[in-house]
Formats: sequence, structure tokens, C-alpha cells
Amino acid sequence: MAKKSCGTRTLGAPVLTKGEPLVSHLLIAQQLLSAACPDPSTLPKYVPFGQALVDGSGKACASPAGTALNSGDNAWMLASAALVLLMTPALAFFYGGMVRAKNVLGMLMQNFGAIAIVSVTWILVGFTWAFGGTGAFWGDNHFIFMRHINDIVPALGSAQTIPTMTFVAFQLTFAIITPALITGSTADRWKFGAFAAFVTIWSIVVYAPVAHWVFDGFGWLNRSLITSSGGHFFAEDFAGGTVVHINAGAAGLAMAIVLGRRKGWPREAMRGHNIPFVLLGAGLLWFGWFGFNAGSALTSSNLAAYAWVNTNTATATALLGWIIVEKLRYGKSTALGAASGAVTGLVAITPCAGWVSPVGSIFIGFIAGAICACAISLKNKFGFDDSLDVVGVHFVGGWVGTLCVGFFSTTGTNSFGNNGILYGGRGKYGGWNLLWHQAAAAGAVTVYSFVATAIIALLVGLFIKNRVSEEDEQTGLDLAIHGETAYEFGPVGGASNFHPVATSAKESVGA
Amino acid sequence: MKLVTAIIKPFKLDDVKAGLEVLGVQGLTVSEVQGFGRQRGHTEVYRGAEYTVDLVPKVRVEVLVDDLDAAKVVDAIVEAARTSKIGDGKVWVTNVESLIRVRTGERDSDAI
Repeated sequence: MAKKSCGTRTLGAPVLTKGEPLVSHLLIAQQLLSAACPDPSTLPKYVPFGQALVDGSGKACASPAGTALNSGDNAWMLASAALVLLMTPALAFFYGGMVRAKNVLGMLMQNFGAIAIVSVTWILVGFTWAFGGTGAFWGDNHFIFMRHINDIVPALGSAQTIPTMTFVAFQLTFAIITPALITGSTADRWKFGAFAAFVTIWSIVVYAPVAHWVFDGFGWLNRSLITSSGGHFFAEDFAGGTVVHINAGAAGLAMAIVLGRRKGWPREAMRGHNIPFVLLGAGLLWFGWFGFNAGSALTSSNLAAYAWVNTNTATATALLGWIIVEKLRYGKSTALGAASGAVTGLVAITPCAGWVSPVGSIFIGFIAGAICACAISLKNKFGFDDSLDVVGVHFVGGWVGTLCVGFFSTTGTNSFGNNGILYGGRGKYGGWNLLWHQAAAAGAVTVYSFVATAIIALLVGLFIKNRVSEEDEQTGLDLAIHGETAYEFGPVGGASNFHPVATSAKESVGA
Repeated sequence: MKLVTAIIKPFKLDDVKAGLEVLGVQGLTVSEVQGFGRQRGHTEVYRGAEYTVDLVPKVRVEVLVDDLDAAKVVDAIVEAARTSKIGDGKVWVTNVESLIRVRTGERDSDAI
């Protein structure tokens, strides 16, 4: 999402900036020469999608509605949205395998619950507060309840080649997985009702504005569309290193602190009950992430292909980086480490995917895998029970990836980007300035997410206890909260302990 | 009659079984157990943190034998189970008051 909206630096045609880089700029230049089109800055910010303005000779004008539907782009984006939706069930199994057998259904339910809840809040309010309007901090209410949904998204403008409804679907899947990621730090002790209330509020009050800051071209961390003030701030976050991973990681840290440690932690290891689930989940995340990153090109383009290959490459090297560190530090490379390493690579390449080269991705993945393999020990050092390492993987991995953009970004991959330090970047947006913008954006999201998450959790806690009772925690969420067990082995001898209440009396009498 | 009970390393079970079959032992009972001896537990790493594991997995083998066979059976188990490393386990012998085969009702030595 980030990319297409950023550049007004070429050809001296401010405002007319977005779109497939070269082609649309040439188009714009010709149209300015023909001069029969209205000044785009005088057009309303909302116009129906797909109704191109034409000048006297029938040529398309550069206008917010200047680009029509591209069916190839739309097909890819609808498929990408489905790929990304699969990531949340994948995450459920990634996490579910890492918890003890008595809590696996509780974990799956929180992830599936996030899908159900955010699917509603996003349609009603979330989308318009994230992508409506032209404000710096908050969207407007133009698309509330999906009204006016056939109008263009203002930040995409003439670059928009897919229906706004497709954009709604694609962005929805990001809004779902972000709060779902938090459940890893709160495993085994967050009450389901409190979680449901939290996610309802969080998806609107935290996710939507942060998505606006970074993904929307008018957002204050991505001021690529604001050309007049001279106060541009341009952080490069291709697919959500800040919006999704740092956001969820900081929220996960806050929730781990608000909820407190699990009973018995850190004395007991609380080993995962099904490591094959963890690898199954990691594999499906890897698969879905191609929609996440390559889909974030918002087009079925060369840039999407770059993002695809970069994503795969960094994931591979992060897996290697993690298990090499494990081998050196502890003597064994574990399957759990391989799965965690792969996810770390996916996290770290997320902000970089459309800005860096495949060779750069080799380094980004390896660095992230090695750092995060060490970062998961932070929780033991500082004493917070980040149960499944949301902080170690998503928060630290998100920061590593976001900062890596400052080093590895190259205009050879994306002409709208800037060269990072390793590519000799200079100027207001390149090199060290790029690194500073990356760090500032990551810091802003960290602070807002951490503080807002803690406030929401404390507010919810006034009405519903956030944490399950000690007895329920000992019993396990599956039986205590959901009234079922994941694995029913049956008692000794094979007879059932469960007997129908209504019929048993009749049978005994009738017989 | 005697009950010979042995706590051995799990990977030595096949050797012990083979040794007892050579002696003509007719049956035995095996269970998976956990415990510690003088070596105590050991340490393991899980996700970057070290934990002590107090109870080590072991296998318990139980064999019912005639009084005269007990010494031979004990020797066979000890020989088969020994690795000379720490944690090899223990073997002990207890008296058995009476013994009945469920299917036939045979008693004591006839039931072995």
C-alpha cells in the first residue's frame, strides 16, 4: 500500500503523483501539454471510481478518477485478500501448538473470534477511519457503514485500479490479523469475553488510526501526498512492519504486563503440546504472506513479483539464522526454532518487501533471524510473561525490518522509494534521513500502541475481569471457558464418562 | 516365589528382554515411569531458557520367578542393562506370598 502513493518529486507536477511509476507520469506530462483538463486540485476529493474525465479530444485526464478498473489487478487483489485471511487461522495453529494441551481451543477461539469481530467493525467504522478523507491523524466518515463505497479512496486517487470494495476486503484481512497476533503474549489466561470486548475497541481506536498514519498517503507518517507545506515526513513501510507487527508487538507487551504472568511462570517451561501444529501454522503463514506482501503492491505488477521473491528469500535466511544461533548457543537446532525463524523473516521483510533487492533480502532475513533468536530471552531478563514471544518475534522483528529499510532500500527495485545508506542515499528522504524517518515512525507507533492498549485493557477491566480465575487457569481455558477439550482420549476401558441426562432415567425404567 | 523389579534406561529394554528370553522367562510386565536417583535430573533448553528436569524417564520391568531362578534373572537383567554410565538404574527382589493364574485358577509355582 505504501508505495504507490508517494512521489511528487519528478516532473514538477505536484499533486498528480500516484500510479504505476513511469507510465502515469508520462501520461500526466502529455495531458498537461494538451491543457484541456481541469486543474486536478480543484476536483472534489471524492469522485466515483472508474469514471474517467476526458478532455476535448477524448483523452483521459489525470484526475482522481482518471484510472479505470484493471481486471488483472483486481483479480490478484481479491486472491491476495483471501490469502491474507488464511493467515489468521494459520496463526491460530502456530500459536495453538505452542500452548499446553489444555489451552489450545482457547487459543484457536481467540483467533477465530478476531476474524468474526473485526470483520464487522471494519465494515462499519474501521475502514473509513483508516482510509477515508485527507486528514493527517484520522480518516473521515465518508465510507461509514460502507456508504459511498463506489467512490475512490482519496489517498489512492488516480493510482486506483481496483474497486474500493476490493481495497476494503484486502485491508480487512490486515485489520484482523493484527489484534490476533496479540494473543500470543497473553496465552492461557485472557478471558474470552474480555478479549472480545478488547478487540472490538482496539480494532477501531488503535488499528484504524495507525493504518491511516502509515498506509494512507495523507497520514502524518506517510505525508507523500502533502506537497505544499515542506514538512513532509516519509517513512517507507511497504506492507505493515509498523502498522501490523510493531503495533501488535507493543500491544502484546502491554497486555502481558496488564494480565501478569501465568501461574508457574517462569519456574515451569510450559512446553508446547504440538510442534507439528506450529510448523503447519508457520507454513500456512508463509503461504498467506505472499498475499500480504506481494498484494501490498496493490497491482499485479513487476513490483508485486519483487515483493514475492524478497518475501520468500528473507523467510528462508531468517529460518537459517535462527537455527544457526540455536545450534551455537544451545547445541541443538529445533523445529520450533525453524518455525519461529521463518515467521521472523516474514515479519522483518514486511516493511521492506517492495523497496529492497532480493540480495538485500538475504541479509535482512538472516539478521532478523539471528537477532530475534536472542531477543526471545528478553522476557526472562525483564520478567514479563510474553508467553509465545510476540515481543521477541513481532516487535523486535518489526523494528529490525523497519530500520533495515533505511539501509537496504533501493530505487533499483522501486523508483518511488529512496536509496538507503548502503546504496549511497542522500537528501531529505534518503540515506541517514530515511533511517531517521523509519525510526521515528516505528517509535510513534510503539508509544501510541503501548499506551492505548493499556488504557483499553484497563477500561474493559472495569466491566469484565480480564484474567481468568486461578482455578480456571489451572483447569485450562478449553474446559473452563469453552466447556470442551481438544483431545478426548476416553477413560480406561473405553466406556464413556458422558451420559445423556434426559434419556438415562427413561432407559433404566423402560428396560 | 519372588518378584524381580528393575528400573532401567528405556533404550536398554530390548536387551533386557532378549536376555530374559534366553533364560526361558515366560512373562514380564513393563511400564514407563519417571524418577531420579543420585544423579538427580538434568537441564534442558526450551525457547532460549534453561530448565532443570527433576524426573528422568525410565522403564520398570517386573518379572515373577521361582525362588531358585531369582539370582539368575537378576544377573541377566544387570548384565543387559549396564552401560557403566550414571543413571543405569536398580534391580531388587521381593517375596511374593501367593500367586494365581486368572484363567485356570492354578496357584503359586504352577501359575508362573
